[in-house]
Amino acid sequence: MTLTGAITTAVGGAIIGLSATMFLAIHGRTAGISGILTGALTPARGPSRAVDVAFVLGLTLVGLVARFAAPQALGDASPSALVAIAAGLLVGFGTRLGSGCTSGHGVCGISRFSLRSVAATVTFMATGGVTVYLVRHMLGGGR
Amino acid sequence: MSALEARRSVALSLACGAVFGLGLVVSGMSNPAKVLAFLDVAGAWDPSLALVMAGAIGVHAPLLRVVLRRGAPLAGPAFVVPALRAIDGRLLAGAAVFGVGWGLGGYCPGPGIVSAGAGGATPVLFVVAMGVGVLVHRHLFERPRAPEATGGIAAEGDG
Repeated sequence: MTLTGAITTAVGGAIIGLSATMFLAIHGRTAGISGILTGALTPARGPSRAVDVAFVLGLTLVGLVARFAAPQALGDASPSALVAIAAGLLVGFGTRLGSGCTSGHGVCGISRFSLRSVAATVTFMATGGVTVYLVRHMLGGGR
Repeated sequence: MSALEARRSVALSLACGAVFGLGLVVSGMSNPAKVLAFLDVAGAWDPSLALVMAGAIGVHAPLLRVVLRRGAPLAGPAFVVPALRAIDGRLLAGAAVFGVGWGLGGYCPGPGIVSAGAGGATPVLFVVAMGVGVLVHRHLFERPRAPEATGGIAAEGDG
């Protein structure tokens, strides 16, 4: 990793931290994407649902712009359709069961010094690491 | 909340989502290969994800304390900070399952949505399946609550 690359990466992280701070300051809520997505999908939840849908839309629109402005940042989506579906089901279910994801626990929770979030983050990083190890180095399914 | 305030709130949330997405793109986290390279501890390891989290926490941790000292948020009714709860089996099981899905696809919710916005069958499939996973959990484990009981927000979750 070059110095420029490291700085860009850290700046990107700082922007994420900034957006989480903005969301807390403006809407008074944790910028946990799994929770926001759940809110967007949950009917009859009052004004907060519009906030959730708008946030998801903001993410989506940036993706659309990135497709034309910075396609190299998106990378090649290599999992097969079946793997993508399995991954999505596990992520959707797991983030609800575990009350959060990389942004909710990893960024917001840890920023609040929440032991729950530290435990959750360590756990999903561990199982994520084990999964990648199994797929790439044991089952020969390297990408 | 007046109609104008509601519109402003929605517009501001759109902006927050866009800034978050920008952070994901700038940091490279919207690229599943970079994420998987971080999780691939036995392979060509890429520490980027750790740098991203350090940058995000480095900004958010000190600032959130400043924000919470205010009486109320700018466009919402009140601060909804997750309640203190013990580390339990659900948290750990859920995190474990999430981690497996993350390791399989290289996507977590935010980057998945950004990549789906860019098009491409795989991330779109991921996001749709993620939505299904969320709804399956809701259907199996979450009793419907009257909106007033939780203030209309999933206050029981950490996010």
